[in-house]
Formats: sequence, C-alpha cells, structure tokens
Amino acid sequence: MHTKTISQLSAVLRSGEVSSVELTSLFLDRIKQHNLALNCFISITEAQALEAAAAADQRLKAGNAAPLTGVPIAHKDIFCTEGVKTTCGSKMLDNFIAPYESTCTAKFRDAGAVMLGKTNMDEFAMGSSNETSYFGAVKNPWDQGRVPGGSSGGSVSAVAARLAPAATGTDTGGSIRQPAALCGLTGLKPTYGRVSRFGMIAFASSLDQAGPVTYSAEDAALMMNVMAGFDERDSTSVAREVPDYSANLENGIEGLKIGLPKEYFGEGLDGNIARVIDAAIKEYEALGAVVKEISLPNTGLAVPTYYVVAPAECSTNLSRFDGVRFGHRCDDPQDLFDLYTRSRGEGFGLEVKRRIMIGTYVLSAGYYDAYYLKAQKIRRLISDDFRAAFEKVDVIMGPTTPSTAFKLGEKADDPVTMYLSDIYTIAVNMAGLPAASIPAGFVDGLPVGLQVIGNYFDESRLLNVAHKYQQATDWHLQVPKEFQ
Amino acid sequence: MEWEIVIGLEIHAQLATKSKIFSGASTAYGAEPNTQACAIDLGMPGVLPVLNKEAVRMAAKFGLAVGAKVSNRSLFERKNYFYPDLPKGYQISQFELPIVEGGQLEIQVEGEDARVIAITRAHLEEDAGKSLHEDFQGSTGVDLNRAGTPLLEIVSEPDLRSAKEAVAYMKKIHSLVQYLEICDGNMQEGSFRCDANVSIRPMGQEKLGTRSEIKNLNSFRFVERAINFEVERQIDVIEGGGKVVQETRLYDSDKDETRSMRSKEEAFDYRYFPDPDLLPIELDEAYIEAVRITLPELPDEKKARFMAELGLAEYEAGVLTASRELADYFEEAAKIAGGDAKRTANWVMGDLLGALNKAGKGIADSPVSAALLGGMLQRINDNTISGKIAKQVFECMWNGEGDADSVIKAKGLKQVTDSGAIEIIIDEIIANNPGQVEQYRSGKDKLFGFFVGQVMKASQGKANPAQVNELLKQKLA
Repeated sequence: MHTKTISQLSAVLRSGEVSSVELTSLFLDRIKQHNLALNCFISITEAQALEAAAAADQRLKAGNAAPLTGVPIAHKDIFCTEGVKTTCGSKMLDNFIAPYESTCTAKFRDAGAVMLGKTNMDEFAMGSSNETSYFGAVKNPWDQGRVPGGSSGGSVSAVAARLAPAATGTDTGGSIRQPAALCGLTGLKPTYGRVSRFGMIAFASSLDQAGPVTYSAEDAALMMNVMAGFDERDSTSVAREVPDYSANLENGIEGLKIGLPKEYFGEGLDGNIARVIDAAIKEYEALGAVVKEISLPNTGLAVPTYYVVAPAECSTNLSRFDGVRFGHRCDDPQDLFDLYTRSRGEGFGLEVKRRIMIGTYVLSAGYYDAYYLKAQKIRRLISDDFRAAFEKVDVIMGPTTPSTAFKLGEKADDPVTMYLSDIYTIAVNMAGLPAASIPAGFVDGLPVGLQVIGNYFDESRLLNVAHKYQQATDWHLQVPKEFQ
Repeated sequence: MEWEIVIGLEIHAQLATKSKIFSGASTAYGAEPNTQACAIDLGMPGVLPVLNKEAVRMAAKFGLAVGAKVSNRSLFERKNYFYPDLPKGYQISQFELPIVEGGQLEIQVEGEDARVIAITRAHLEEDAGKSLHEDFQGSTGVDLNRAGTPLLEIVSEPDLRSAKEAVAYMKKIHSLVQYLEICDGNMQEGSFRCDANVSIRPMGQEKLGTRSEIKNLNSFRFVERAINFEVERQIDVIEGGGKVVQETRLYDSDKDETRSMRSKEEAFDYRYFPDPDLLPIELDEAYIEAVRITLPELPDEKKARFMAELGLAEYEAGVLTASRELADYFEEAAKIAGGDAKRTANWVMGDLLGALNKAGKGIADSPVSAALLGGMLQRINDNTISGKIAKQVFECMWNGEGDADSVIKAKGLKQVTDSGAIEIIIDEIIANNPGQVEQYRSGKDKLFGFFVGQVMKASQGKANPAQVNELLKQKLA
C-alpha cells in the first residue's frame, strides 16, 4: 500500500478498501520507523493527522470527497500552518507557531488531504544539500551517506522513502527539481505566480514558487489541481484560469519539438549523466518527438546573477527576524543593538548569514548599479534567451543536475561548488518559467533527473510530456531497497 | 551680511482610508496599543502586502489638484533600516518612480505678494509604528497600530523663503487635502506633519547652502518657531566662522530649540530596491480622467467665485475658503440669509469665529449651525431685528435657546418700525434734554450720536436704526 501513487490511493480510498485513518496510521508508522535515520521530518503531526483522516473518512462516506480527500501528504516546513510549529529549518523560528495558514496548505486542507507533518529543509531554503538545516542534515534514501539535495530535501527524502506518498516543496533556484532528481522523483516548479506565496516564508520573493513532489506526473497533476490559482492575498499571483492538469495527460506527443540547449551538455556535465539523458531523449524520439539543438547563450551568467538577486531579496526579507515580535530572542539583551545582533547572530546559521551579507553588500549605496541593477538586466537577457527558444520548440530538455547525489559534507565547506550544483535549474527561476524534473535512470545506483522546461503557464504540456515518458518507462516507480 | 533663507518641506499627510495601505486592518486612531495591527502589519513570516486601491486614488486626486503629472507607472521600493517600530525591517515606500511628479501651489503671506511654490513629487508609503518610552521601567514599548497607515509624502522644491512662507504653504496643503477629503488634517493625532529642510545663503548667491533637516513638526506654530530658531542658529554658526553641517535635527518645543539627531556620516544607507512583493502601480489615462472628474471645487477656485459672484473682498474670500468646512458653512448660511453676502461674511468671520475661538471649538462643533445663523441673518435683512439685537439673538442661539424666530418671539426682540411709536420716544428724549438740544442746534454735530443712543436705549434696542436716524434729523433740525 505504501508504494502506491496518490492517484491509486485516491481510488483505493473511494473503493473503501482502506480508510484514511488506516492509511494515515500506516504512513505515520513508517515515519516513526525511519525518521530517525533519514531526518526528513521536523514535526510529525500525528494527532492532527488522525483527526483530519477521520474527517476525511466522513467525507468519503458522505460521497462529497475531492480527489485528494483522505490522502496523506507532507508539507515543507516553509509553509505556515496555523497552530503547528513552522521553523523554516532555522533556530530563529524553532519556537514559531503561526496564527494563520498559508494559502497553499489551506487549499490541501480544504481538499481533505491529511498533513502527516512538516518536512526538513535547508535553513530558510538556502542550500542545495539540506545540510544547512538547524535540525540536522537529511539523508538520501538511495544512499544514506549522501545528501538528498535541497532545499526541499526533507519532502523529497520522505516521498522517496515512501514515508509520504506526496509532498509540497518550494523552488527558488532548483529546490524542488534538484532534490527530486537526486532522489528519483517527479518534481515540478510551476510558472512564477501560478501558486500563491501567501504564508510561505520568503527567501527570494521574485523567484520563490511552490510545487509538488510526487512519484509520477499524473500525481503532480492532481497536486497542481489543488495548489494552483490566483490568491488576492498575493499580489504576484496571476489571475488566470486554472486548467484541469489531469485532462491532457494522455495526449499524444508525436511531433513535439524538443529543444536541447547545447550549453546544458557541455563542460561540467558528468559523462554518465549525459548518457542517461541521451537515452531519455531517444525514448522521446521513439514516442514521436522531434529533437532540435538550440542555444541559451546567457546560461553561464545564471548562477552569478542569481547569487546577486536572491541574496539581495533575502537580506531584506529576513530583516523582520529581529527578536522583537517573534522568533529567537537572545537572553538578557543589554540594549537595542545587543538585542538585534545577538538574536540574529544566534538565530541564523552560517549560510543564511553569508547570503544576508552578500545581499546587503550588493544593495549598498555605490554598489547597487554594479551588482543589483546589472543583475536585473542580465535576468532580462536570460528570459529573452528562453523566449527566443520557445519560438522554435515546445519544450526544452536537459539534465536537472550536473552530477548524482554527492556525499554528506562533500561540498559543505565550499559554497561556490555547492552553488554550481544548481547550474541547470537556476535560469528557469530567473525567467519565471515552469519546469519539471523526472526520473530518467541511474548511475551507480543513484537516480538521475531529466529536466523538462516549458513555456509560461504551460504546466499542462509539461505534465503531459512527462506522463507519456513515464508510461513508456518505469524509472519513476523504483523504490530504494530498504523502503520497498 | 544679508542672508537669504531657503526652505523645502516634506509634508506627511495620512490618507483617510478605512484600512491600511497594505493590509485590511483598521486605521482608526486611539485604539488600545497593538489591537489594530494584523499579521501583515506585524511583519509576520510569510505574509504579503496587498495594495489598498483607495490610497492610490487619493494620491492621484492630490496630484491632479496641484496640476502635477500622475504617473502611468510607479513603483514601490523597500527602504531598509532596523528599528523596533518598523516591523519588517524595511518601510515600503516609493523612491525612483513616485506616483505624483511636479505640480505647484500659490501661497500668500499677509501683506506680501502671492508666490508660486513648486512641488517636486508626492509618493505613497506606509507609516511606522510608535515607540513609547514612558511607563516601561527603562524599556521601550512598541505600539504598531499606526504601522502600515497610508501616507502621502509631499515634497516641495526649496522655494520657500521664510518661516511665514513655510507656514502659509503648509496651511495651504493642509486645507487642500481636506478639500479633497483625502486626509482628516488632524495634527494632534499626527495625521498631518512635516520635516523642514532649512539652509541659508548670502543674498544674491545662487548656490544653495548646506541644509539641516528638522524632523517631525506637527503644528504650524512649531514649524515657524523651529525654522526661525534654525535660521538664527545657522547664521550664528557661519558668522562665528564655522560651517553648517548636513544633519538631521529635532525640534524641542519645550526649550524652543533644535538639536542634532544624526549627522550625514551617521545617516543610514537605506538600500532602496523595488519591492518584489508588489507589482508596479499602472494607471491609464481613463483612470486618471475618472479621478479628475471627482475633484471638488478647489480653494483657489472657490475664492475667485466668492469674489466674483458674492462680491467678497479678497481677504474675506481668502479667510472663508481656508477650509472646506468653513467655506461650506458660509455658503449655506449666505444662501439662507439672502441679501448681501458680505453681511454673512462679516458675521461668520467676526461673531461666529470669535465665539468658536473663545470656546476652543472648531466649525464642525459649532453650537450655531449654518442654518441657524442664516435664519437669523434673514431677519436682519428683512428688518425684523437690527444688527445690534442680532448679537443678543446669536448669543441665545449659541446657548441652545432655539432658532432666531423663536428667540425673537420669546424675548420680544422684534424691531420697532412704527414711525409713530419711534416719534413718541424721540419727543420724550428731546423734551428731557433741552441743554443737549441747544448745543446740537448751535453746531455741535457730534451730539447726534448721543440722541441715537438715548432713543435706542429707551426702545431697548428695538427701534429700527435707519428710521431713528431719519426721524431724529427731522425733529432736531
């Protein structure tokens, strides 16, 4: 039962074969059994989960259940949940209980999905390995000596280990796609503005976007049907009709034009990964797609530009954590300055401090034009690259990451190398485009992800393209041995 | 050396929206601390600002009223600094692209020529909360009720040349925002306040002197006194061989002096950048025109109309249009009174404002409404009562004894216009004062007033003064 997709679980719940309480208990037991080793949950909300499951069972009985009613899922601990601790992976918020619910989690709650708990993450979503969490590193279920990727590492590790059948994540520079790739899952970062950011603790506001982490594209569509939509409480969410993401999954992809950016297959890409991606592309050709080489000339600028824009935004987004109203407050502050410096000094971890410093620097008088303003211009160039490409092709494909999951601690002391692990994912956030990572094979027993990038608001097509591949392959159904 | 004073004002007008600029919390003044601050005002994690459209409309209205350009596209930016009453660690404001650019206003200082003052810009921003330093045993309390209240910051060019001009300009803006119904103008509650940038330069020199900025002046009197103090201070510094340093100063109204708060070197680097949580404000021409249609008659237009249509003098028209409430009061009273509008003007500016001043009341809480005053003036105009008796009627109305007609009736104040009755009184006075009559007839004209007074006294003020004059002249001839 624990390896079923949420599409299957939805059907099973409807048939009455199992109740939501039984299903929820099953996953709670699995979490209790494995969380110590994997460390993928920060909070396990057992009592609330069983209560929600019982309510879902009522709804299922009454016949007014939505597709996800009674289905247990996990939420990244970046989403504020009313009455349940929301830490964002930081000591700063170790004591924080929000008096409001994020729009995204509220939508799942209202759809009857059962929250199992809140998943571990890089502190304030700043990291690519889940090693920056105040609550400790998360392990990759495929090899527990390796990282699951980040920052949505807890969500991805939990789903990969079948401790939850699906989870939410957020993606600022690859934080859904990169861990999904490293753990063999399907992860989707929607178009910027497609999912409300209200109640989602901000890292870099112009880049952050919530999305699903699932086994299959079919499941991702079910999740998107709940998550997507305009929210009047988020001015950057887009008032645009939400399609039924499940409707077009089965469409044929004969004649689909796939663009392969030559910049994504050059230096820095592990040869074994290149072979896996080549095989996936061949599979698409077999399904009738047409492949075309394209160029995204400003690809090389994406990472450095991102590390100006994202820190700039985070440096001011995180100013509110000052020890005055909520969150960590130092003991016995002597004066205001002491209160600020010690509360923030103690509450934030190293990577967060590094980014606040970078961000403060690039926004400073005299440096703003050279860094922030220039970065915004380059951001436009990066978007223009994609715009031009989408005039020629329907989707763009390439590897999600340059390598498979690396060892815990391997890159922890080398931020620049760590930053480069997001080299293929970051440009997508800079442009605000939707993109998915889908399992495409293995190298030495470690999963490899294929990234599929779509045009703005073209999530339906992305999911269709991913689904067709998943019907022809079974990479997405592989379960790490220990968790079968 | 003769010095020229150069002043520019940054006026903060609190916009009269019901809810805050980026949240649904109420903006009402005076609630228990921190009861009108929602999660957004508190800067809680994950919450997002949503722009109040009403604040935008009000800002646009102001821009149109001063002949400014209302921008088709303006931008919110974050002004970053740490302070306990600034919950997010940044203030959402406008920097590079404000909603209102340009504009001008004519001001008039009594006894001087009118001058046109240029407005640089006006931009939208959120207010901070309040730090309370009393009653917390050495700690500081923070009240965030005001946090997120919409402000329109109106920045003038350094066109003002005296403290009096600065006050006249500030009063003019104060009046204008109330005419536009975009600000309640309540200075005690902080709804209308300003920062003054003050510098001096040798008369005739073009280059501006180094300025100091005096923060948070919340009364016209303080603006005048703070500027005057600051000008004297700067003159003393320069004439004493020193240099004025660029700095921020605070005005202490108890000591009537300004003192340094922070120097330019200590100034914050606010690290402005566009707020990624908010979209640019985009206003098309149709929107701007729709706002333009809602503009009321503005003070200068009203003043011109009062002069042209009602025959008021410039000074009277100026006083009566200084506030929309007063102008509305006057117009209503004049309409009911009929007859000469000047009489209404005199009554409003004289007796009414005098009584209100004495009682410490505003026009809105006047015990004598425009309808009451107009009704009374109507009785003067139709000769039911004299102007003198009217003062008595006014006092009764002030004390809540009903309208003019009922007061006149109850107290028997109706004017005597029966010539026969007046003649009887006159005859009696003449008979009783033979000496004065003789003196008058032998050329002492001044005594005429004495007879008028005696007749009015004998009639208890009720005799029609014009008739008394007429009849006295005949009988004394």
